[in-house]
Amino acid sequence: MTVNETLVAADVEDRMLLVHYLRDVAGRRATNVGCDTSSCGACTVLLDGESVKSCTLLAAQADGCEITTVEGLAAADGTMHPVQQAFHEQHALQCGFCTPGMVLAIVSLLAENPRPTEAQVREGLEGNLCRCTGYHNIVAAALAAAEGSAE
Amino acid sequence: MDTNGPADERAGIVGRRLPRMEDRRLLTEGGTYVDDLQVAELAGAARVTFVRSPVAHGIISGIDTAAALAEPGVVAVLTGRDMADLPAPDGPMAEPLLNADRVRYVGEPVALVITDGRYQGEDAAELVAVDYEPLPAVADPADALASETLLFPATGSNLADSGGDDAGAGDALFEGCDVVVGTALVNQRVAPVPLEVRGAAARWADDRLTVWASTQNAQITRGMIAERLGLDEAAIRVITPDVGGGFGAKIGTDRDTIAVAWAAVRTGRAVCWSETRSENLVGMTHGRSQRQVVRIGGTRDGKILAYRLDVIQDCGAYPRGAYLARLTRLMASGAYEIPRVECGYRAAVTNATPIDAYRGAGRPEATTAIERAVDLFAAGIGMDPAQVRRKNVVPPASFPYTSPTGAKYDSGDYAVALDKVLAAADYEGLRAEQARRRQRGGPVQLGIGLASYVELTAGDYRSGETGKVEVHEDGSATVLTGSSPQGQGHVTSWAMLVEEELGIPMADVTVVSGDTDLIPRGTGTYGSRSLQLGGAAVQQAAAQVRERGRSLAAELAGTSPAEMELDARRGLWRVRGEAGTEIEWGKVAGHAGDEGLAADVLFVPSQSTFPFGAHLSVVEVDTETGLVRLLRHVTADDAGTVLNPLIADGQRHGGIAQGVAQALLEEVVYDADGNPLTSTLADYAAITATELPSFELVVSQTPTTVNPLGAKGIGEAGTIGATPAVLNAVIDAVAHLGISHIDMPVTPQRVWAAISEARANNETGASR
Repeated sequence: MTVNETLVAADVEDRMLLVHYLRDVAGRRATNVGCDTSSCGACTVLLDGESVKSCTLLAAQADGCEITTVEGLAAADGTMHPVQQAFHEQHALQCGFCTPGMVLAIVSLLAENPRPTEAQVREGLEGNLCRCTGYHNIVAAALAAAEGSAE
Repeated sequence: MDTNGPADERAGIVGRRLPRMEDRRLLTEGGTYVDDLQVAELAGAARVTFVRSPVAHGIISGIDTAAALAEPGVVAVLTGRDMADLPAPDGPMAEPLLNADRVRYVGEPVALVITDGRYQGEDAAELVAVDYEPLPAVADPADALASETLLFPATGSNLADSGGDDAGAGDALFEGCDVVVGTALVNQRVAPVPLEVRGAAARWADDRLTVWASTQNAQITRGMIAERLGLDEAAIRVITPDVGGGFGAKIGTDRDTIAVAWAAVRTGRAVCWSETRSENLVGMTHGRSQRQVVRIGGTRDGKILAYRLDVIQDCGAYPRGAYLARLTRLMASGAYEIPRVECGYRAAVTNATPIDAYRGAGRPEATTAIERAVDLFAAGIGMDPAQVRRKNVVPPASFPYTSPTGAKYDSGDYAVALDKVLAAADYEGLRAEQARRRQRGGPVQLGIGLASYVELTAGDYRSGETGKVEVHEDGSATVLTGSSPQGQGHVTSWAMLVEEELGIPMADVTVVSGDTDLIPRGTGTYGSRSLQLGGAAVQQAAAQVRERGRSLAAELAGTSPAEMELDARRGLWRVRGEAGTEIEWGKVAGHAGDEGLAADVLFVPSQSTFPFGAHLSVVEVDTETGLVRLLRHVTADDAGTVLNPLIADGQRHGGIAQGVAQALLEEVVYDADGNPLTSTLADYAAITATELPSFELVVSQTPTTVNPLGAKGIGEAGTIGATPAVLNAVIDAVAHLGISHIDMPVTPQRVWAAISEARANNETGASR
């Protein structure tokens, strides 16, 4: 598979989860594990452009796929992705643990629906838990990023 | 630009809404939490997996590790019996590091497996055969006080602590009251759920133990490890990398981390541990869990004369959280000036996960009780609950105010906070809309809930906090702080304080925390103490550096210190009023000699502070299904002077969400035999974005004089105010049906059951 446009290949146990492959084999540790029931969304990554919870996939299932983690989101010159920038400006992160998954969930959400309502953003984030922000500023950041990209 | 004008010796950035310096790294690289560490000292570290008790109460009759040891990749399997040379823990109800003889809750650690690989640990842990002789379990604290099932038979009782006012006064307490009302309340057990679970890594080398831990306080953790392992504190270094939330449950450290540290010493191998969420939900401490009875009385014109609160604090299996009931007692009378107040408490051990601090820690329990009681009283005398609150809150002239239970409220204007919220929410308009809906009689009814609160922050102010500020020859500065963050933005806040005092740009300020070798003295982040103690220490250290800098700059300029002025907007010293005499900080630091240009402060204030505020919640309740929808949540949270409103508001948001969650959704559930029924995030209803609205925050800032920043704590206020406001709103929505109380969480099932019961009662009453 490619991880952030870099080819990563390894022989791994059949049962290895994609998230552990990304963290332990590909060395991309921004993607976090927050639960064991696919409830929290901390491990969300983009698989061929769509958000998936990388704890619910085996690494083998992602064979040949393109994976994007939050490390691969900013431009080559370091310019943050509009969703990352909106997170910064709106104070949409505190401890940062849910942030990589949350950012990618919103990137995916905005790709599907570039001008969501607040209710649609909240609905779209149902699978991503944050314990610090009360979601207030995360929702604001998603709406700001949508607003910015529409201009 | 006129550089000859009078210099401003403050940069003027206090109160500005500045985005955080922490963000870029967290957004583009991700944080470095314990499980992410790739430091050389941990290269090749083995993984620790705990074997946990599946029974709530039992005697361990044998542990067979042979099958586990035969598995590939297994380095060692260790049990409590391998710990005989460690100091015995203090007290008759002490927690062992690994249980060797008896288990008291599901999830209690009984062995640990050390393996080369992640998945090998889970395989091997399943093969550790532990024989348990089950004992009867007692999961309810009220039952535990009467039960013959004892968790610690030698103590003869499950009572871990008791105190406060005995019931001696009885009805005399309510003498002169026209109306006396009361109810029993359950402040349910909830799980803190930081998104990062517990984790640690440890290495023993050259007679020194290094522990990387996900904790709210490195220094306290160091002390706890030293005590339990019988090591000198100087032989231990604790490092806290990024911490993915704590909410009180990561204060100090749990025994699991100490056992991981011990395993490194014992095996000589570097080890790391990161639990699963299913382990976290039974292994990390829970919060709240009080059974309460309230009684309140007063006159028909709305004056509250007496209040009594009785508490049974559930401690879980070990009484480390018994102190919580004392905090509840201290804050029992809330924001009100009530002449006669009593609170008695008992704390019981039960066969459940231990209870300890969780965002608010004893104060939310007090606030929810008094706020429910005030609503009951308002209903009892037929007065609007806002009016009852306004009549009874501590008036400005009474400050400083000492409550009947001994809390010393420093400052505030509680009625103003209430009025601001009522105005912002259009309280009158909401009541009118509620009346219209009741008259129409449709299924979806409106509820409006209020809470006035006061809370205690920096409760353990006596230990103070440390802050060191150092200016370097390149003009940059370093802050070493005893407060270590779990997302509260200390880097930004402390850098702001340095820029404010010295004019050194925030971007040139490095903030270091959570390493006991670099910062041997410190207390940490909890109890909403960081800014008012740790921030004050940084501010005072920076001020000392400024005065030392003034002398050094004067020497460089060949004049007296009194002639020197700091242009803090540009970070330059100059001779007063003389253009062209500017001296940069780097040059001043270079002139400081070997001792450097630094100041190290331990800030200890004269007392705790008491933030206050009011919350107003608007809910819709579908009376046919019991479904509650939170429409609006409006708050004024007055925490004194605000350094960075962006950060302070973020604390309010997160606090509100956790408070709402307790009212509406979250509950840790055990069956009667002590089996946990909510041990995954599929079962435990952690609140999501869909259940919340955006919050409406009203500004209120009443500075305290207790510290030079004028700041009180803001970390827990949102939680403390939100739970009772939401609960009161839900009950208000169905009050016209004859419902006076519903226990939390007010799930659709509970609301529907309350409505059904009320309707049945009404029909019975009508048919009579």
